[in-house]
Amino acid sequence: MEFMPTLTEAKPEAALSNDEILRYSRHLIMPEVGMEGQQKLKAAKVLCIGAGGLGSPLALYLTAAGVGTLGIVDFDVVDYTNLQRQIIHSTADVGRKKLDSAADKLKAINPFLNLRTFDTKLTSANALELFRQFDIVADGTDNFPTRYLVNDACVLTGKPNVYGSIFRFEGQASVFATEEGPCYRCLYPEPPPPGLVPSCAEGGVLGILPGLVGVIQATETIKLILGQGDSLVGRLLLVDALGMKFRELKLRKNPDCPVCGTHRTITKLIDYEEFCGIRGVEAPVAAGGDLPAISVEELKKKLDAKADIFILDVREPHEYQICNLNGYLIPLGDLPKRVSELDSSREIVAHCKMGGRSAKAVAFLKQAGFTKVSNLTGGITAWAERIDNKMPKY
Amino acid sequence: MPQVQIPSPLRQYSGKQASIDVPAKTVGEALAGLVSRHPDLKRHLYTEDGKLRAFVNVYVNDEDMRYLQKEATVLKDGDTISIVPSIAGGC
Repeated sequence: MEFMPTLTEAKPEAALSNDEILRYSRHLIMPEVGMEGQQKLKAAKVLCIGAGGLGSPLALYLTAAGVGTLGIVDFDVVDYTNLQRQIIHSTADVGRKKLDSAADKLKAINPFLNLRTFDTKLTSANALELFRQFDIVADGTDNFPTRYLVNDACVLTGKPNVYGSIFRFEGQASVFATEEGPCYRCLYPEPPPPGLVPSCAEGGVLGILPGLVGVIQATETIKLILGQGDSLVGRLLLVDALGMKFRELKLRKNPDCPVCGTHRTITKLIDYEEFCGIRGVEAPVAAGGDLPAISVEELKKKLDAKADIFILDVREPHEYQICNLNGYLIPLGDLPKRVSELDSSREIVAHCKMGGRSAKAVAFLKQAGFTKVSNLTGGITAWAERIDNKMPKY
Repeated sequence: MPQVQIPSPLRQYSGKQASIDVPAKTVGEALAGLVSRHPDLKRHLYTEDGKLRAFVNVYVNDEDMRYLQKEATVLKDGDTISIVPSIAGGC
């Protein structure tokens, strides 16, 4: 399948100044770009959703390449844990709005850029109006509700969705929602139940991975604008950084797709939080609810009073090395086969990083007949924040 | 023997293995063989009423099994089955 939809006709106002001609010299001397292509880039309007891991390389390269109008939607603030991969932000930017930080870098790279920043969360209320002002949407978001929102809004407004997604050492990229090609819902009709697929904050991500995948997105965006090459329309590119393997799978437009198929049932934007949440009732993360819980303050008080408490750490060994409460380590996944190591007559406090995994551990232990077991609310992160500020947070 | 590729989010349920050889004549048999060896995978691949989850796609080589004969798709020696769940990370 070879699709290369043409998007932008070079407009007369996109004529290049002598300064621009010098700047884009390495583009201009290639016939696939040339003066015509560079003018198409200048006339193009690209909207990046998110100025994070994927958004960083996307925005940097599109700006450098001479995309004339770049929009960025983001409402987040730079924090230290971003810096390992979000290369548009620097240490001095911690605490600043990502939009302000990104704007400084982008304007420094290319003063010819017309940058439009949208300091807002993308929602069903604003997405259509926003997308209509651009030619292409590049999706650098980090959650399922926004993924489906971006896809549906792209289909409804007829804008290509240059898609990239990452997790740990693996990434996916494609171009969705062109007229001829499949959309994200053709590939994945429904989101996973909440809690079943971990986020990057829970599962981690190799710092270079958004670079690899974001640059693929930038490449596809530029090719769409130029009308050159074979785009990823109809193909899902899988990137495996550990194996350093790139594979591609065939994607087909699903005739039964609710948003782009022949009998469409989704003709306007819906409530995506609900769409991604309701289907998750079957497999919720035991988030506390009726599980016995203990706060870090209560635990500290009991430990200071020399109460007999057995601290069960259900994180992974490599997390234990970062920081620990001197607890007994049994990773959650090993708990069923190692439960005999625990003494049900003692008071057990289970903890993990944030409290999610240990809630599962507590639910499991209660089912296994343990009665004196509780979950440390907020995990070791809450301990580091509220009890021991010398403890590292991760 | 067909080989099933396990994506990294699911490897914690497959004994950390990235690929598993499963003797099977069809995709359905291969997946059944996989979850019988690694029961923890079952909840992640199938709903409670035994249907493959909508966010888990299964490919035979580079083709989506939904556009072949789904679980009844016949496998040849050396075919690769890939489980490709959706991931959403971006930041």
